[in-house]
Amino acid sequence: MTNHWVDIKNADLVLIMGGNAAEAHICGFKWVQEAKHVRRAKLVVVDPRFTRSAAVADFYAPIRAGTDIAFLAGVINYLLENDKLQHEYVNAYTNAAFLIDPDYGFEDGLFTGYNAEKRSYDKATWRYQMGEDGFAKVDPTLQDPNCVFQLMKKHFARYDADAVSNITGTPKDAFLKVCEMIAECSAPDRVMTILYALGWTQHSVGSQNIRTMAMIQLLLGNMGMPGGGINALRGHANVQGVTDMCPFTANLPGYLSAPTERDATAEAYVAARTTKPLRPGQMNFYGNFPKWWVSLMKTWYGDAATAENGWAYDWLPKPDGSYDVLAMFERMHQGRMNGFFCQGFNPLASVAHKGKVSAALAKLKYLVVMDPLATDTSEFWKNYGEYNDVDPRQIQTEVFRLPAELFAEHEGSFTNSGRVIQWHWKAADGPGETRGDLEIIAQLYTRLRDLYAKEGGALPDPVLNLTWPYRQPTRPSADEVAREVSGRALRDLTDAAGNVVVKAGDQLAGFAQLRDDGSTASGNWIYCGSYSQAGNLTARRDNSDPSGLGQTLNWGFAWPANRRIIYNRASCDPSGKPWDPKRALLRWTGTAWGGNDVPDMRPNAAPEEGVGPFIMNAEGVARLFAPGMIEGPFPEHYEPFETPLARNPLHPDKPEVTSNPAARVYKGDMELFGKADEFPYVATTYRLAEHFHFWTKTSVINAVLQPEHFVEISEELAAEKGIGKGDVVKVRSNRGEIKAVAVVTKRIPVLQVDGRKVHTVGIPLHYGFKGETKPGYITNTLTPFVGDANSQTPEYKAFLVDIEKA
Amino acid sequence: MIRNPRDLQRYTASERANHWVLGICFILLGLSGLAFFHPAFFPLVNLFGGGTWARILHPWIGVIMALFFLVMFIRFARLNLMGPVDWDWLSKVGKMVDGDDHDMPEQGKYNGGQKLLFWGLALSMLLLAASGVVMWRAWFSFPVEVVRVAMVVHAATGAFMIGLIFVHVYAAIWTRGTIRAMLYGTVTRAWAKQHHRGWYRQVTGKN
Amino acid sequence: MALQSLDIARRSATTTEAPQVRHTEEVAKLIDVSACIGCKACQAACMEWNDIRPEVGHNVGIYDNPQDLDDKTWTLMRFTEVEEHGKLEWLIRKDGCMHCADPGCLKACPSPGAIIQYANGIVDFHQENCIGCGYCVTGCPFNVPRISKTDSKAYKCSLCSDRVAVGQAPACAKACPTGAIKFGAKEDMVHYAEDRIVDLKERGYRNAGLYDPQGVGGTHVMYVLHHADRPSLYAGLPDNPQISPMVSLWKGIAKPLAMVALGATALGSLFHYVMKGPNEVSKELEDEMDKEAALEKEDAK
Repeated sequence: MTNHWVDIKNADLVLIMGGNAAEAHICGFKWVQEAKHVRRAKLVVVDPRFTRSAAVADFYAPIRAGTDIAFLAGVINYLLENDKLQHEYVNAYTNAAFLIDPDYGFEDGLFTGYNAEKRSYDKATWRYQMGEDGFAKVDPTLQDPNCVFQLMKKHFARYDADAVSNITGTPKDAFLKVCEMIAECSAPDRVMTILYALGWTQHSVGSQNIRTMAMIQLLLGNMGMPGGGINALRGHANVQGVTDMCPFTANLPGYLSAPTERDATAEAYVAARTTKPLRPGQMNFYGNFPKWWVSLMKTWYGDAATAENGWAYDWLPKPDGSYDVLAMFERMHQGRMNGFFCQGFNPLASVAHKGKVSAALAKLKYLVVMDPLATDTSEFWKNYGEYNDVDPRQIQTEVFRLPAELFAEHEGSFTNSGRVIQWHWKAADGPGETRGDLEIIAQLYTRLRDLYAKEGGALPDPVLNLTWPYRQPTRPSADEVAREVSGRALRDLTDAAGNVVVKAGDQLAGFAQLRDDGSTASGNWIYCGSYSQAGNLTARRDNSDPSGLGQTLNWGFAWPANRRIIYNRASCDPSGKPWDPKRALLRWTGTAWGGNDVPDMRPNAAPEEGVGPFIMNAEGVARLFAPGMIEGPFPEHYEPFETPLARNPLHPDKPEVTSNPAARVYKGDMELFGKADEFPYVATTYRLAEHFHFWTKTSVINAVLQPEHFVEISEELAAEKGIGKGDVVKVRSNRGEIKAVAVVTKRIPVLQVDGRKVHTVGIPLHYGFKGETKPGYITNTLTPFVGDANSQTPEYKAFLVDIEKA
Repeated sequence: MIRNPRDLQRYTASERANHWVLGICFILLGLSGLAFFHPAFFPLVNLFGGGTWARILHPWIGVIMALFFLVMFIRFARLNLMGPVDWDWLSKVGKMVDGDDHDMPEQGKYNGGQKLLFWGLALSMLLLAASGVVMWRAWFSFPVEVVRVAMVVHAATGAFMIGLIFVHVYAAIWTRGTIRAMLYGTVTRAWAKQHHRGWYRQVTGKN
Repeated sequence: MALQSLDIARRSATTTEAPQVRHTEEVAKLIDVSACIGCKACQAACMEWNDIRPEVGHNVGIYDNPQDLDDKTWTLMRFTEVEEHGKLEWLIRKDGCMHCADPGCLKACPSPGAIIQYANGIVDFHQENCIGCGYCVTGCPFNVPRISKTDSKAYKCSLCSDRVAVGQAPACAKACPTGAIKFGAKEDMVHYAEDRIVDLKERGYRNAGLYDPQGVGGTHVMYVLHHADRPSLYAGLPDNPQISPMVSLWKGIAKPLAMVALGATALGSLFHYVMKGPNEVSKELEDEMDKEAALEKEDAK
């Protein structure tokens, strides 16, 4: 979330799309209700199903699963055509005026530079025109045909209401009604918030779904505004914390891009990631990359990381390719990965294409499951009749189950969707032989270290030199780790005049104090300052809210720098006055930025200096044209890999752009995509209010509330197929089949798409063969093994199935 | 025991036993029923071991009573068919109650009042049994609207039947020499001739 | 507050006055159906606080689970899909005891103290006094009480009288994540509801209103409904609930009437006996029979 949970109450319009906040984020949804009841805000829901969110919405528009870009691109076109933009914002705070390379182009669904063989782009032409001063060229009049604004207008002109309705199945009048409601928020004192979740990310165009929405928020001037922003609702109390710490191979903690085989030396690695300002006077905050990275390396390797050895750069792994979740199971399936540690993860149930995952797990030598629950994955080898029909005699994988404590059984921190880090305390002892995750990892580490010390090995250094400064090496405390993550001074830090500002050994106050000379250590730069000399700021529980905007700056600690709304400089006009005085977050006081949030700006940057509010971008402004994206600088509608249409209505004669041309598809998986003639119905998977992922099926209370696996279909499809309410049905995709109870409902709309009728089959995912609920099939038996081109998040939300009475 | 060979046999041992089973059932049902009917009588549940026991026992006793009543009904129904003489008797009953039975028409084994009582009890029994089943939640589940009607029917019929039994009992007390018929099975010839001359003639062959 | 809330205003099968000297504020739970998303957190909280666990059931093609109230399910979300003016609405109502001001259950109950109404309006079942007759089921206009198959006692929502007694909100209200369940003084709840109704009317629900049915004297669980003109849209919420005339007859006039009638019969008999004397066999007949007996004896000789 660029904003935070409580801030939702400041919105005038709440759009829920690509998510179902009332169902999956119930507790946070209270702030939507607050906005509705107190501000009289309106709620709009766009979804393939009439969801629990829709049940309390002012307006609901149906949409075909996997066509969000077409819908949102249509909104952009509507805003541009009807001149419903916040012009001053767009001109000052986006790259609308930037000139793009004249060779950049877009034709027949492809941007310039496409390589069909590699399924990827050479992005050479997706760049700014650079002036002789070394800065990007701009045309403040927005008239140059190569400026972003004009290119954008041209790109989105194809998405008129008829085209949108034809692709999405959203009735034209409903689409236009949503456009009108959104367009009202182009006024500086009207703000829209958008709440989305996995309904946008879990597509082969997931990142572009979100980007299209971000563009809308920029055109409306809603980024940085209280009650605005673009808000990803995370599905777990600490999934934000997990991403922040980046236990993914593509990133280091704090979203620092990880080294790859291409980065031969530390210098090359750092240089490639340290940006230079693209416009004069910009903060170019990514120019600080060396400070963050060196401080991280000092945390990990302490005195062993020196300027001379490139801060121990050689000890960092340089992966030979992707290791995202799909890539890992692909490797496992190919027999190229033979051990797997599975911590707080139930991949058999939660990764796409259960059949492939199960086969992959069966090829492992060993599988270690650290979990508070006996997960389905930990018994993937066990025969549960039709629900898990495997032959244990054929599976040689050795499985170890390490019972772990649940979050309430040890102290630690949660980072919520709004980036607020909150300390939590232990409530009870874990049952039986459970151990905390920290202890399990520490036990493993110390034993491995002893083995390396005793026996040597191919490369013992990264293991032997790791700092392990904990009082009890086999039981580090959460407090010690939190201090380490936040960071401290390794030597006395002095200012330019030579005065000591931080004493050696003291905790740092924030990332502004980080240095690239090895004098500071911080395990995650964005968390720097969360545990300062003042103590553990994440444990603060002061809910006083002087502004009434719900900012509560003394409750926990929000990264970065305890800032509650990021890009908050953009809540003021270029002269430093709030766009909406009634919702004033910040203002220029004449000498400094001040107000109800930590300014996302150099505190003394006077408005006349023209420092842009999007400080993480080298441009200083937000990108309507974004060359960083894998499949194009502007979003384009591509069909899901399993489409009921067999063509992209925008490019009917170009089969290569039916689906995302830059998405990675593994050998063998392309052939497993189902075709509409055999699997005519669009399926989408989702969560229910009554359950939490695959945990609560082990709890009696939740099992009572939603006891059995079901699928939802429209009354029309049910009549066509002779399926009655409560009948058991068989749902088949090209990868497998499941059986579940039919819920026949008016809440599944039947859509008219590209001249035909499209039916949707809704499939909740919470069930499995372990637990208190009635034994059921695993929903992900059906889902395709393909991910978003940028994040590799699997496409769980749109695929094809057939359904019949069992 | 009075053993006068001249006494007339009015009820067999089996009939008497049947009657007293019903009598006991009635008392138990009346007491527990009244306890459920009006708070003033609720303490009567203690006779049964408390409210819950009273609730459990009442319907079972009801079942026993209904079965025995059915047997008795079959035994006596024909004897209780109403004839013109019975209606005549009934029209004159006021005078009799006032103490003058000289003008009463001659009666067979049962007089019009007894017969009417018999049919009143039979009807009550039928209604109580039927409505009681509807109310018996431990075993049956009827729509709540039906149960509500049954509640009223059961209560009203119950009260009515208790009233009838009051009359029945009082009549037995008031008409001296009657109770022994149900205790020993016999009545004196004088009693028979006075109250049921038709029957007297029938069993003695005399006038 | 704590003790005061436990003052008893009415007690089943009790004919005498309850203590009335102290004034207690009436409480109410307000369920804003227009804000409810049917997450069932209230059901979970109810199970947890009251330590009740219904059986894990089946899906029968609807979201309602369990499918009906029972001895271990004191509250339940009921889902209804309706189309109003071509617009689909998913009406979700939390069902359970309404805590009527004039409770039909209490009126029907024959067992003293098995059902009590506190001065704050909560209607509570005290199972230790319950005899399991099911009269409360018959008396309830909302079809709420359930007789347990295990112990034959009647159960229903207690409005967490134990929590309210110590100044806490009922578990369901405490757990409700969207603020659709509010709890407080009835007066405040009515006031809050008025604001919600204004909001709903602004959003086009012209018939939005408060469900506080006067047929049962008002309730201590109230609903804000978008369609207050048609409560029955919401999974059969009674449009005009009242204690059935049958129950009123049975527990009303029938009681004194029957008592008087029976008393009159009994007393009438007694006085008839002492005033008119018994109906004895006449002396003439006795003598006649004695003669007959003597004659027969002689004949026998």
